[in-house]
Amino acid sequence: MITETGHYALVLALALALVQSVLPIWGTTRRDPSLVATAVPVALGQLLLVAYAFGALVYDHVVSDFSVLNVVENSHSTKPLIYKLSGVWGNHEGSMLLWVLILALFGGMVAGFARSMADDLRANTLAVQAWISSAFLLFILLTSNPFTRMLPPPIEGQDLNPILQDPGLAIHPPLLYLGYVGFSIVFSFAAAALISGRIDAAWARYVRPWALLAWIFLTLGIAMGSYWAYYTLGWGGFWFWDPVENASLMPWLAGTALLHCTAVMEKRETLKSWTLFLAILTFSLSLLGTFLVRSGVLTSVHSFANDPTRGTFILLILVVFIGGSLALYAWRAPVLKQGGLFAPVSRESALVLNNLLLTTCCATVLTGTLYPLALEAATGDKISVGAPFFNLTFGPLMVAVLLVVPLGQSLAWKRGDLLGAAQRLTAAVAVGAVACALLLAFRHGGPTLAPLGVALAVYVVVGAFTEIARRSGLPGVSLTTALSRLVGLPRSVWGTAFAHAGIGLTLLGLAATGWGVEQIRSIKAGDVVDLGPYQAAVIGTETHPGPNYTEAAVRVDLRRGGALVTTVTPSRRSFATRQSTVSQAGIATLWFGQVYISLGDSHPDGSVDARLFWKPLVTFIWIGALIMGFGGLLSLSDRRLRIGFARRALRAAPMHPHPAE
Amino acid sequence: MRRSAVFVLLLWLSSVPAWAVQPDEVLADPALEARARALSVQLRCLVCQNQSIDDSAAPLARDLRLLVRERLEAGDSDAQVKTYLVSRYGNFVLLKPPFIPETLLLWVTPLFVLVAGAVAIVAGRRLTRLPAPTSSLEPSEEAKLAALMRDPNAG
Repeated sequence: MITETGHYALVLALALALVQSVLPIWGTTRRDPSLVATAVPVALGQLLLVAYAFGALVYDHVVSDFSVLNVVENSHSTKPLIYKLSGVWGNHEGSMLLWVLILALFGGMVAGFARSMADDLRANTLAVQAWISSAFLLFILLTSNPFTRMLPPPIEGQDLNPILQDPGLAIHPPLLYLGYVGFSIVFSFAAAALISGRIDAAWARYVRPWALLAWIFLTLGIAMGSYWAYYTLGWGGFWFWDPVENASLMPWLAGTALLHCTAVMEKRETLKSWTLFLAILTFSLSLLGTFLVRSGVLTSVHSFANDPTRGTFILLILVVFIGGSLALYAWRAPVLKQGGLFAPVSRESALVLNNLLLTTCCATVLTGTLYPLALEAATGDKISVGAPFFNLTFGPLMVAVLLVVPLGQSLAWKRGDLLGAAQRLTAAVAVGAVACALLLAFRHGGPTLAPLGVALAVYVVVGAFTEIARRSGLPGVSLTTALSRLVGLPRSVWGTAFAHAGIGLTLLGLAATGWGVEQIRSIKAGDVVDLGPYQAAVIGTETHPGPNYTEAAVRVDLRRGGALVTTVTPSRRSFATRQSTVSQAGIATLWFGQVYISLGDSHPDGSVDARLFWKPLVTFIWIGALIMGFGGLLSLSDRRLRIGFARRALRAAPMHPHPAE
Repeated sequence: MRRSAVFVLLLWLSSVPAWAVQPDEVLADPALEARARALSVQLRCLVCQNQSIDDSAAPLARDLRLLVRERLEAGDSDAQVKTYLVSRYGNFVLLKPPFIPETLLLWVTPLFVLVAGAVAIVAGRRLTRLPAPTSSLEPSEEAKLAALMRDPNAG
């Protein structure tokens, strides 16, 4: 029964989405407030219905209702509860339902929270959001119904792909989807602005928190996915330039450019049409990513569920939305009035340069991802575009971006002073250079690029806080004055500093991989393997029973100078239902580095093939991303951006602004 | 179609050892082994999705790794090994595509976007050029302002 009501709720949601697509926009063109007012309740109703449908599917999975095909194909009665829950989106139908749920969620949030927005902007935005919902609800109902019954029901399910039975599945897809589906609302804002032909600093102020929210989720989602791949795939890699990864990186690059661009627009009312273009581009890339992953046009480790027959439908959605929005853009953008001017050397120009570089990065990833497909379709020639290509092209561009980051932070709005900014960064450059020199002096034989990478990373981290240090007035003022100045700084200034420091830390983690140690050998009890500063002593093998697998593990003691530091137990899990084996790496985090051991085949003499790594500072790669997300949150909590603040501030006589801003 | 995709995935999973390079492949000479690893990272496992033979656990990847090591032991240079593999498997085996007419667009696009973007920005600026900086301040006010600008803590 619940299954059928879930299905019915989806049909009703589609009906509401269609209503929401038409009435509000009709209302704004006819200036009919009662039609405009339909947008909010209908958006909330649509959210409620989609949430109900999602809840119904979750229920089916939790109670293992094997009369539902989706549950049969992806679940098993002995599967732990967390994987019964996360298994809901560990398959095509369920993940599309999650997609639509997040789409409706962002629509509902704009309807519920953005009460201070101009009514017609909100109505148009919700209407555009409903166009997207309608398309994807139709897609689900016509091609990917998660509620299909299976009669007669089998006694047991086929279980979830063991690689997906990992806490990573519970966290990674929802975060990633919140990120790249979250950019849908920014797209809707842009389309609404183009439809009404009005766009100003207030628009940027409304959009910024949503873009920021989506960006935070996307950043964390990508980082989480990378860490998941790192610990499950067993060879210690964390980024493979796989098309599916690129699909999430592209919206991130465009979204990052967009965030910087809305900052300019909000402050200086300039770069309007470019901001709109980026808003459209970012979500278009999200759609492209969905197409690449869901259509089966490429099959990879990540494309765990795909079906080429559905590809055509998504391609159609893709063409209609990207083509339509770009056409709308070409038609309406020239109408927009350009705003404030700025000098070639200014914060604005630095942000334009940032946008140019990030867009080029994005274009590079896009061509690298699509070129082999296009070439094969056009000429039949097969080529491969992999990590070496991206390292050679994307790498230098990213270096350029990072070099500019602290410089941009140090430049003033409108008219900056390049020499002064460079002088203020002397400390950052000096610390970076010293770090590099020390590494060159004390680390012999390492790769040449690694110390340079560290130097750049240190420069970015120190540079991120340089502007804040300058604003504190130290060392020219007393400590208390400096502290009160620091506390008085807008949160978004702190947010920027943390986000930039985060990318620096990630680079530090990447650079440090150059000093990693790797050992490939067969190990057996009594062996001792040198791993950088640690020694791995193999104690012996053991087996543990799991809920739906059995595990063969090797116990390894990690010692430093003879003293026991910790013990790791890498293992291999055999899942009976799918007759497959998954390797669980044994990982010990020691300070910021990790010892990483993964197992291969066992031999009759009792030895096991193993890959053992020492990865210094590797955790910085993900800690950096967490700090980027934290910076985003700080920025989001800035009172200036709190949703509705703009209007309240106008009503209740403007608060006295911070002297620094 | 869908079932067969799941089936392929199943087959793939069940045949996969946890990781790629196996202990019995490793060459005794560390320098030669290092070269073999560096080469492996640049070569595609032809039956895998976007994996290098260094990452892949497929049997073919193992064969290719052994082949690379065989050639290196026979005294081939890195370039000779690559040429040999390309002659056998085509450019598909190279994860960094060669610079040939078919890949021209691929290699040129990043540079093109960068240059075109820069030109567009500069041209855009020409159109909306800043008005010549005019000052509405008296000379005495200018001097005072300059003094303030020199010392940010004076105010």
